[in-house]
Amino acid sequence: MGFLTNLINGISLGSVYAIIALGYTMVYGIAKMLNFAHGDVIMVGGYVCFFAMGSLGLPPLVGVLLAVIACTCLGIVVERLAYKPLREAPSLAVLITAIGVSYFLQNSALLLWGADPKAFASVVPFPSITLFNGQLTISSVTIATVLAAAIIMVALTLFTTKTKMGKAMRACSEDKGAAELMGINVNSTISMVFAIGSGLAAIAGVLLCSAYPTLVPTTGSMPGIKAFTAAVLGGIGSIPGAALGGVLLGVIEIFAKAYIGTQLADAIVFAVLIVVLLIRPAGLLGKEIREKV
Amino acid sequence: MSMLKIEDLNVYYGSIHAVKGISFEVEEGEIVTLIGANGAGKSTTLNTVAGLLKPRSGFIEFEGESLVGVPAHKMVSKGIALCPEGRRIFQDMTVRENLEMGAFTRSDRESLEMRTRVYESFPRLKERRTQAGGTLSGGEQQMLAMGRALMSKPKLMMLDEPSMGLAPILVKEIFDIIKELNDQGTTILLVEQNASMALSIADRAYVLETGRVSMSGNANDLLHDKRVREAYLGG
Repeated sequence: MGFLTNLINGISLGSVYAIIALGYTMVYGIAKMLNFAHGDVIMVGGYVCFFAMGSLGLPPLVGVLLAVIACTCLGIVVERLAYKPLREAPSLAVLITAIGVSYFLQNSALLLWGADPKAFASVVPFPSITLFNGQLTISSVTIATVLAAAIIMVALTLFTTKTKMGKAMRACSEDKGAAELMGINVNSTISMVFAIGSGLAAIAGVLLCSAYPTLVPTTGSMPGIKAFTAAVLGGIGSIPGAALGGVLLGVIEIFAKAYIGTQLADAIVFAVLIVVLLIRPAGLLGKEIREKV
Repeated sequence: MSMLKIEDLNVYYGSIHAVKGISFEVEEGEIVTLIGANGAGKSTTLNTVAGLLKPRSGFIEFEGESLVGVPAHKMVSKGIALCPEGRRIFQDMTVRENLEMGAFTRSDRESLEMRTRVYESFPRLKERRTQAGGTLSGGEQQMLAMGRALMSKPKLMMLDEPSMGLAPILVKEIFDIIKELNDQGTTILLVEQNASMALSIADRAYVLETGRVSMSGNANDLLHDKRVREAYLGG
């Protein structure tokens, strides 16, 4: 049963990584930038939900909704103020700006909400499910996380293949100039992608804090880096790749913790990334970049 | 009144003066071609009209309205479409999705209606509608790029080097289609290096040389002009 428990926990943690990785990969796809502040949006989502539930006494679902709204707005504002002026700048400048935004968000949280850890109350207040005469216990958060990730994946797939805006997003990811010639407003499409990615980060944030209920201003940074790793593992720019990479990474991490050692787990996770990239430089589902000669 | 009127247009790439005071006009219903060697400023001119580049100075007027400062994504709804150099179709999207993008500013009903018409003009696109754009041959990609530009029901269609990289037989086919589109009422502004082909279907032509208009006139006259023949038609 230990194996099954670990597998379920791994898939659940991986689902959180997958939700965060989707934001990374979509933003990379359209803006060709690595938004290293993405992880910190998770933390902001966590705090908004924490205060909505704790201080205002709102029901969990309203807390989650507020977190999503706050992070969506945050994503749009950050893109407009920090990244949009750098649209024509070298990618290194954008990367360093993203790291700057990350520190800005962490330190703003420190200033606003203090350094002491907050005990996050689960947003899924249902009892755990016990199976096989009590040998296997699955918490309601675990189930909610996996379900949320699955629903998000299906919704995003439908969005990008069936809707006009979703297709416009793909068109912008491929060729901004050509998309512009079609009458697509590239700037507002990029805004939209930041909004979606940040909204998803809020959902990931409340689910993560529900499973691992300690909230500090740096809560988002490690999951952010792991999710980035997941996006690269799956093939950055690819939506199914982000989901696959996320789940794989979560499972590997939990198994490494269970069977090898807690302290080595992170090292193993990143080692897997290195090995995969040596064999498949574009990631598991990434497209090989065709070199024109 | 001319449909498109360009006056004293100056465009720079950084410090390079690519278009040096070009003026020309396109009347409704015409095929006008800009011919000239590589680097003469032909594509720069088209990209500036399309809003992808900003002119340093000069006027661009379309149906009596200034286009200077209008962003590229607003041109389609004014009735201008550019079929860009190198086609630039969306490689990972299907033929059908590429066409849908062409009608981005149109309603779903109009999009469907135009798709039927584009499939009539380009039956090969209909056959390949579920295929990814990147898997098409060069000629088919050019047809897709033209079909995609048509999807917005443009009044003025600008074509940048439609013959580039195509076999002679395909070039002929593409030019026949351009002529046909014009007969159906679309005004055409064509940029070409293949001067003889361009002059054979155009009404009027402008010869561009290092960013300036060096000659202009009736396409048929230019086709038989000694200087044009020597410089662009291989004697």
